[in-house]
Amino acid sequence: MSGHAEAVSKEQLWSGGGSPFSISYGKMMMWYFLVSDALTFGGLLTAYGVIRHGSSDPWPVGEQVFESLPGLHGSYPLIYVALMTFILIISSVTMVLAVEAGHRMDKKGVIKWMGYTVLGGLFFLSSQAWEWSHFIHGSGGGFQISTPMSVNATDDHGQPITMNLAAGTWVHMTADVGHAYEHAIDNGGSVEVHNGNLVVHHAAHAEGHDAHAGMAAGHGDHAASAEHAAAEEIPLDLVLNKYTLEHKDGKDLRKIHVTGAEAEKLMKDMSANTLVFGANLHKNEYAVQQQYSNFFFFITGFHGFHVLQGIIINFVIWMMARRGVFERRGHYEMVEKVGLFWHFVDLVWVFVFTFYYLV
Amino acid sequence: MERDDLIINDSYSVNARHSEEDGKKIRKKLYMVTVILTAITVVEIFMGVFFKRNATFTWETIKLTFIILTLVKAGYIVLIFMHLGDERKNLKYVVLLPYALFIMYLIFIGLYEGLSVQHLNSTFR
Repeated sequence: MSGHAEAVSKEQLWSGGGSPFSISYGKMMMWYFLVSDALTFGGLLTAYGVIRHGSSDPWPVGEQVFESLPGLHGSYPLIYVALMTFILIISSVTMVLAVEAGHRMDKKGVIKWMGYTVLGGLFFLSSQAWEWSHFIHGSGGGFQISTPMSVNATDDHGQPITMNLAAGTWVHMTADVGHAYEHAIDNGGSVEVHNGNLVVHHAAHAEGHDAHAGMAAGHGDHAASAEHAAAEEIPLDLVLNKYTLEHKDGKDLRKIHVTGAEAEKLMKDMSANTLVFGANLHKNEYAVQQQYSNFFFFITGFHGFHVLQGIIINFVIWMMARRGVFERRGHYEMVEKVGLFWHFVDLVWVFVFTFYYLV
Repeated sequence: MERDDLIINDSYSVNARHSEEDGKKIRKKLYMVTVILTAITVVEIFMGVFFKRNATFTWETIKLTFIILTLVKAGYIVLIFMHLGDERKNLKYVVLLPYALFIMYLIFIGLYEGLSVQHLNSTFR
C-alpha cells in the first residue's frame, strides 16, 4: 500500500545509509515492542491452558457463566461479550481508516476516525467494567457439601432423577435464594433452614431493608407483611451442575433442580467456609478451581489495562492531529504507530475471546 | 537527541502517502475485511451458543474450528489492518518467525506438562 514494495537489490538494502526494512526507526521499534507484548499475552494464555489441562475437576463453560445483559433478566449466552468483541473490531476499523486518511494528508478524516476510535475504546472499557462487576457479584451463590449423599432432583425436562453426590460437590443457589441469603448476612441478620424454606431473620436495625429483600426474592406479599414479623421464608431452590455441561446418555445434565426437604439436606450439609457469592481472589462460585476466576481477573484485567493505555495514547494523538502538528511535520506516521498498538489490543482480545469464553 | 522520524528517515514516512484513487481502493478492501471479521465472529457466537458439548459434533472438532477461525481473524488483523502484508519480506520474517517458533514451543511444553499433571492427579488422588 505504501510504496515499500519497490524492487531494491539486497546489496543496496543492507549496505547502510538507510533502513533495510524500508520503515522508520519508530515503526520498527513499535513492531519489536508488540512482539514482546504478544509474548506476555501468549505466556498468560498458555499458563491458563496448562492449569485447565491439568485440572481433573470439570471446568466452567463460558456460555453458562457469561449469559447476562445489563438491566435484563434471563439467559442470553455470550451476547454481551459478542457485543464487546464487535465494538473492538469496529474501533479497529475506524483506526485503520484514520491511518488511511493520514496517508492522504486528510486532516479532517484523521480527526474524525480517531475520535470514533477513542469512543469505541471507552465503550469497550465500560462494558468490561460492567462484566467485572457482574462476575464479582455473581448470580445466586454456591457452597460445597461435606459428606457424600444421594438426593432426588428434577432435571431440565422436569423428570425426576436421583443424583449420587460426592463429598465436595458444588451446589448453587438460584438468584432468589442466594440474594436473600447474601442480603441477610451483609446486614447482620441470620438465616436458618426450616420445612424446605430458607428462613431469613433480619437484624433489628436493618428492618428498613425488608421491602428490598422481599423484592429481590420475588415475594412481594411477604415483604408487605414484614412489618410485624422480621422473618421471611423463601422456598429453597438449589441447582447442581450449574456452570458445567455434563452429558450422560446424550442428556444435557446442566440444570438439575433440588427443592424442598432434599434441598434442606444439602443446605444442612454445607461444608464450613465454602459458602461464596460471586467471585473474589480467594473464592468463586463458578468453579472448584480458584484459578478460573484468578485468570479471568488477570488476563481480562491486563488486556483492559492495555485498552486504557491505548485510549490515552489515541486521545493524545487525536489532540496533536487537531492542532495540526502532523500537518506541519508533513506526514501522519504517528497515527500509524499508535494504530499498530490499537490493532494489537484488538488482536489480543480475539484470542482472549476464543480461549476464555468459547473453548 | 535528533528525532529520527523527523529528519533522517523522513523519506520512509513521506513516501507512505497515497493518492485519492488508491485511497478508494484501500477503503474498499478495508470494508470487505470488516465484513469478513464480523461474519466470523457471528459464526463463533452461533457455535458457542448452539453447539452443545459432545452432542452435535465432538468437542475436539468444535474446539479446532474455533482455533482455526481465530487464526484466520488474527491473520486479517495483522496482514491488512496492521499492514504487515504490505511491508518488506524481511520485516515480516523478523516479526513473525521468532514469535511463531517460541509460542509453538511454549504451547507444546505447556500442554504436555498439563496433561502429565492431570494424569498424576487422576491416578494418585
